[in-house]
Amino acid sequence: MAALVPRPSGDFRTSYIADKAIFPSRNSAIICVLGILVLMAAPPFLSPYQLSLGIYIGIYAIAALGLNILTGFSGQISLGHSAFFGLGAFGSTYLSNRHGMPVPLSIFCSGLIATFIGLFVGIPAARIKGIYLAIATLASQFLLEDFFSRASWFTGGAAGAFAKPYSIFGYQLSGDRLYSYVVLIHLIVLFLFATNVLRSRTGRALVAIRDHYLSAEIMGINLTGYRVLAFGISTFYAGVAGALMAHFTGFVSAESINILLSIQFFAMIIIGGLGSVMGSILGAIFIVLLPETLEFVVHAFRATGWPVVAQIGSSLDFIKEASIGLVIILFLIVEPRGLAHRWQYIKAYWKLYPFAH
Amino acid sequence: MNFELLFVFAINGLMVGILYGLVAMSFVLIYKASRVVNFAQGELLLLGAWICWSLVTRYDVPFWAAFLITGIFSSILGILIQRVVLQPLIGEPLISLIMVTVGLSVFLQAVLKGIFGVSPRAFPKVFTTTHINVGGLNFEVAYLASAAFAVVALGLFAYFFQYTKFGLAMRATAFNQQVAQSMGVSVRQVFAISWAISAFVSAIAGVVIGLVNGVSAGLSNFGLKVFPAVILGGLDSIIGAVIGGIIVGLLENLAEFFDGQYLHFGNLYMIVPFYVLIIILMIKPYGLMGTKDIERI
Repeated sequence: MAALVPRPSGDFRTSYIADKAIFPSRNSAIICVLGILVLMAAPPFLSPYQLSLGIYIGIYAIAALGLNILTGFSGQISLGHSAFFGLGAFGSTYLSNRHGMPVPLSIFCSGLIATFIGLFVGIPAARIKGIYLAIATLASQFLLEDFFSRASWFTGGAAGAFAKPYSIFGYQLSGDRLYSYVVLIHLIVLFLFATNVLRSRTGRALVAIRDHYLSAEIMGINLTGYRVLAFGISTFYAGVAGALMAHFTGFVSAESINILLSIQFFAMIIIGGLGSVMGSILGAIFIVLLPETLEFVVHAFRATGWPVVAQIGSSLDFIKEASIGLVIILFLIVEPRGLAHRWQYIKAYWKLYPFAH
Repeated sequence: MNFELLFVFAINGLMVGILYGLVAMSFVLIYKASRVVNFAQGELLLLGAWICWSLVTRYDVPFWAAFLITGIFSSILGILIQRVVLQPLIGEPLISLIMVTVGLSVFLQAVLKGIFGVSPRAFPKVFTTTHINVGGLNFEVAYLASAAFAVVALGLFAYFFQYTKFGLAMRATAFNQQVAQSMGVSVRQVFAISWAISAFVSAIAGVVIGLVNGVSAGLSNFGLKVFPAVILGGLDSIIGAVIGGIIVGLLENLAEFFDGQYLHFGNLYMIVPFYVLIIILMIKPYGLMGTKDIERI
């Protein structure tokens, strides 16, 4: 898939068509289609636990992709992504509960709500950049959190809101197994959309703004327009992901929308790779599986009856939280371009084997 | 209108504001020297409060000794953070610099929660009297002492930057790193010292705040209040940070006063600084005293 990050040596493009291709080679297209088919076929064979992990990965990948379009491709930092995720979650429950909107439509509309509010944040944000933007989006996170806790007509206040299960054409898709297909389809459609946007004129404009905004402006790129557009797309993705999450868990509360979630989204794109569509999925996989792996390891050690590990049990939640912070730091120091970049290196190594440098 | 109550709130706001100013100043110190935006300032503050608390209550160290040990430990930790976490990121894009401190803040907060728990703990009484009466109004001694401490600290800083050789080196580095380096200033040393001072001041501020309000994970919110203060004052102005902090402290308390007396929104004081932050960013992004960035091609 499209990745606008520096490529390893030996990975050349000789034509514009090759540069714009969704899949760099026929093999990668085949692997991608096969991968989707495997994912389509997998749900009946997975345990409920694995299935829910898969759904979480799918939903977070959508949100992370949104943030990646904003941060990785257009270079704007947003520390308020989870507020828009929450806006989508509350929006979809509100529309489907109060106004009887069918759930598939309300998911889309909640994405539009998030976009609308996102544009409100985005239009002023287009004037500021860098650290000021990071602080402004952080503030908007707190303002929206405050709004969620006050607006009980919209969010159900402190009690939270119950979301309807997903149903389409009067047929209710109950259970995680069927819902995983819903998430998968959203994931595929949104990823295809993002890939296509990013390899077009819009995507190149965003990357130009990220790399050197003055040069981009001199070349005739409408700076404000594209910055706001990036905000719009990004918040749409966050909104849809939030709505999908709401209809998956069936319940949304204002407490679940916090700054830590925003940081987790950011961790996903840093770990996956800024400016890489594929990296968003890799990052989501990493962040979802990290706490589970930690828990698995602790449980495995506990079986050995080590006294030191037995004490960990109570503070496992804190260890999980700390691990998120730690992986952000480690990735930034050791592999700032993320897993996607590492993967490209591995591919390049084998392509040139045994003459890789 | 209840003027007496308003006055009490205003005085409280002023005292809290000075503490905000102190923390904001330590934030600006790092930003000025190394252009690193420290999102973990609140955690440094919390860390100081917890260390001093555990020294006093668990190991029966006398308060003044604990105060000093906390300061020294925090400065060493500050240098360590700078060397281990931020040194490798010199020259990386801004996103990395911002996110690494965000990661640090998540990490420190979780570790502190894991070690010290989430429930608030009270400091043992340090001052024999808790309240004194000034002009018919009751003031908490700890608050007065903290305000006095903050004023002294600010004075010491003014002296340090204005009249010592190292202060000059730091100002030179803040002005232009390359020039400072070519004039023989060790920029690495300046970075390390700025982190040490910043962590020291934050930790001490944490202890002082902990004396009044008790220590809990919520103390790290002070680190978030720093942002309205520094944006208001200008990101790279130390005096601006202090003034911004005082304004934010006053605003908060006035918001609480009007909220409690008239508006009854509830929790208005928590959110008002962030509205102010957004408004300031819209109309005057470089704050009251910040230097305006001029883009050169």
